[in-house]
Amino acid sequence: MNKIVKFFTKDSSLIPLMAILLGLLFGAVVMLLGGYNPLLAYTALFQKVFGDLYNIGETIRQITPLIFTGLSVAFAFRTGLFNIGAEGQFVMGSLGAVWIGTQFALPWYIHAPLAIIVGALLGGFWGAISGYLKAKRGVNEVITTIMLNYISLYLANYIIANYLRAPGQQRSEIIQDSASISLNTLSEFFGYARLHWGIILAILAAFVFYIILWKTKMGFELRAVGFNPHAAEYAGMNVNKNVINAMFIGGVFAGLGGAIEVLGVFKYMTISASLPGYGFDGIAVALIGANTALGVIFAAILFGVLEFGAAGMKFVAGVPIEVIEIVIASVIFFVAASGLVKFILKPFRRKEKGGAVE
Amino acid sequence: MKDVKYVVEMRGITKRFPGIVANDSISFKVKKGEIHALLGENGAGKSTLMNILFGLYEPDEGQIFINEQAVQITDPNVANDLGIGMVHQHFMLVENFTVTENIILGSEPKMGLKIDYNKAREQVLELSKRYGLHVDPDAKIEDISVGMQQRVEILKTLYRGADIIIFDEPTAVLTPQEIEDLIGIMRNLVNEGKSIILITHKLKEIMAIADSVTIIRRGKVIDSLAVKDTNQDELASKMVGREVTFAVDKKPADPKDVILRVSDVTAKDNRGLTALNEISFEVRAGEILGIAGVDGNGQSELIEVITGLRKVESGQVYLKDTDITNNTPREISESGISHIPEDRHKRGLVLDFTMGENLVLETYFYPEFQTNRFLDYNKINTHAKKLIEEFDVRTPSVDTLARALSGGNQQKAIIAREVDKDPDLLIAAQPTRGLDVGAIEFIHKRLVEQRDKGKAVLLLSLELDEIMNVSDRIAVIYEGKIVGVVDPKKTSEKELGLMMAGATTEGVKAGNE
Ligand SMILES: Nc1ncnc2c1ncn2[C@@H]1O[C@H](COP(=O)(O)OP(=O)(O)OP(=O)(O)O)[C@@H](O)[C@H]1O
Ligand SMILES: [Mg+2]
Repeated sequence: MNKIVKFFTKDSSLIPLMAILLGLLFGAVVMLLGGYNPLLAYTALFQKVFGDLYNIGETIRQITPLIFTGLSVAFAFRTGLFNIGAEGQFVMGSLGAVWIGTQFALPWYIHAPLAIIVGALLGGFWGAISGYLKAKRGVNEVITTIMLNYISLYLANYIIANYLRAPGQQRSEIIQDSASISLNTLSEFFGYARLHWGIILAILAAFVFYIILWKTKMGFELRAVGFNPHAAEYAGMNVNKNVINAMFIGGVFAGLGGAIEVLGVFKYMTISASLPGYGFDGIAVALIGANTALGVIFAAILFGVLEFGAAGMKFVAGVPIEVIEIVIASVIFFVAASGLVKFILKPFRRKEKGGAVE
Repeated sequence: MKDVKYVVEMRGITKRFPGIVANDSISFKVKKGEIHALLGENGAGKSTLMNILFGLYEPDEGQIFINEQAVQITDPNVANDLGIGMVHQHFMLVENFTVTENIILGSEPKMGLKIDYNKAREQVLELSKRYGLHVDPDAKIEDISVGMQQRVEILKTLYRGADIIIFDEPTAVLTPQEIEDLIGIMRNLVNEGKSIILITHKLKEIMAIADSVTIIRRGKVIDSLAVKDTNQDELASKMVGREVTFAVDKKPADPKDVILRVSDVTAKDNRGLTALNEISFEVRAGEILGIAGVDGNGQSELIEVITGLRKVESGQVYLKDTDITNNTPREISESGISHIPEDRHKRGLVLDFTMGENLVLETYFYPEFQTNRFLDYNKINTHAKKLIEEFDVRTPSVDTLARALSGGNQQKAIIAREVDKDPDLLIAAQPTRGLDVGAIEFIHKRLVEQRDKGKAVLLLSLELDEIMNVSDRIAVIYEGKIVGVVDPKKTSEKELGLMMAGATTEGVKAGNE
């Protein structure tokens, strides 16, 4: 027992794993109290996710945008900025992609990439607005990104309704086939799950995230500004420029997520009453992933599995969606409060140490 | 409580960090009612030992006795309950809270569910009066001086009922007057029956107020003796392991061309008040110009103006005849000015960067640190290894975070980085703050070496000793103006003191060039 505890407490990178287990445990208690069978529920969850090829494919679909928004939030965070706006940047990315996808007829090898790039740039631009306001006017980025989230929602609705609308529908027209990034053969193999190039792009994006932060001059500056802007300024770095850059790049990640979601999954954009939610989930994903590239990928998988598997818990074990949300939230809570996990494990540790002293 | 002889006894304490044994079987005793000094080189393990006593680190081996009872100090709350308080090397105060709020933080007096603020305020006032601290309980931390902030830290320990108070380098950040006051406060504390452990690098202070002294070198206790049986030279050589010369050994200066010319510069401070008032002076190649002055007379703003961190309202700054007024910090750094900043944690280092990264903080973009336009950490780390070796920075590796280095070694790393840039002008602001005597000797040698290589050196220091010993000329700054330039060989500390207080006497003029 001691060895196991030591194993988990010594290496801080294993704390999140422990936290996930504790979160699931706590979720089980909640389900028990609510009169549901947690064992049945968790089995259902795993069966839902890994039960057949179609569901595996759909889980991957669920994970993909979370990687993008997770990277977006994590990137800004590395520069000391709290990007609550991945949501809006995601919407702008979708809007850009749907515009190019519906309004132009181009060969596929130009059309899809162009739609992705325009989506990414729009997302980046949306992030950069907050970066600019922070750098030049000192406006807190939390406030501006939240406001821009709503602006993006209504702006997208307006543009779709007036310029891109399919006649008689509450959505845009469907994108041209040449702009689609669906993986049709693979999709067929996965029982027609909506698989697309996005997951490959997402992994590529995580790689780029790592390279920018740790292998480039710009990344060096971004991290320096994030840790200590006074020292960065002293060292001749342009703090304002870096704030704008960080928000732009963060926005690009979220914008990519929005673009691939349109081009790979839905093929159109609806006039929506609310924000899609991927951006907010991205905050939790970044947090759980400790703002590292690999961490974000794993956290997005965790998140995607829990969210997609929730349907299984609901139908098979009869657990109401509210209780499932509590389970998901408690996992996040325990990961976020990793100090709490250490605290819970502390008594085991103490005993072990005390023994050595006496 | 029965009468005890020793309030603290640490027996065979060992603490290891990755790659280093910070405390190697240290034993150490403090008598009741004494001031016990801990002396040792930078990185010797003093802060670590005290952090163990205060419950911030758990020792790997060893036992602790408080009032002759064996105890396990697992966290600072346990230390508090045992009557141990600590004033840290770097203060731990909430900037926008009041003095009282900071003091009661974590042990608030309750009235039902509410905090009994009035009672707290009364208690703070009472303690402040009893120990002669003169602290305004309602002032905000951000509005009071560093010396006052330190008193708030002292009050924090007293408020929690500390009988044993640890001071970790309390005088490093204080002005000479504040040091006088602090010494008085410590005497009051001892008279009231408290025991004090004092970490300091200043031998003078040890001689002045400590009763006993324990010397640590590279994690081991070298000796423990009564202050009355020793002297500064003996302490210095025990601590460093060799003879130390206090006087700076240098030839007369041979000044050449003007390198830095500051001409009628006016600038504002952070609150928008005039900090520099048409200040003018020159520094030549091959000389060290010392700037003496009481803290807050525009020294910080002066450095910031020269290095591009603060806007000049009017006037010019020239480097070798090139106008660099209001250029960016990068342009100025690249045109040949190096800067050892006065606050190493705020400006000098990114504490969460590795040593390798910190040592290229201003030069990471040079082609010599890239391969195919990407950062090459092999090259960055090779460069760091070279500097660490050359400047004797004690760090387990180049991948260690700057945060994990002892205060003095952090400073050495900054100096290494700045001297290595081989600048035309080296600005050194408080370059030896928090350094041990051996390291101070080393730094002073480096400054003189730069001068002898024909560089210009601008030294700002609040330590008169340092200014007098190292400078070739001394400019006295008062209310944002240079009120006189004197020759250190022809001036006394007293004369200098008068000028710093704003007097421009005839005697002072005689030393003018
Ligand atoms: N948290 C830590 N992690 C790793 N190494 C550490 C840590 N804290 C201290 N060290 C190392 O332990 C040694 C002792 O450090 P310590 O801070 O106790 O020195 P010190 O005697 O207080 O020096 P100074 O006078 O410079 O403040 C140093 O080599 C330092 O690098
Ligand atoms: Mg120390």
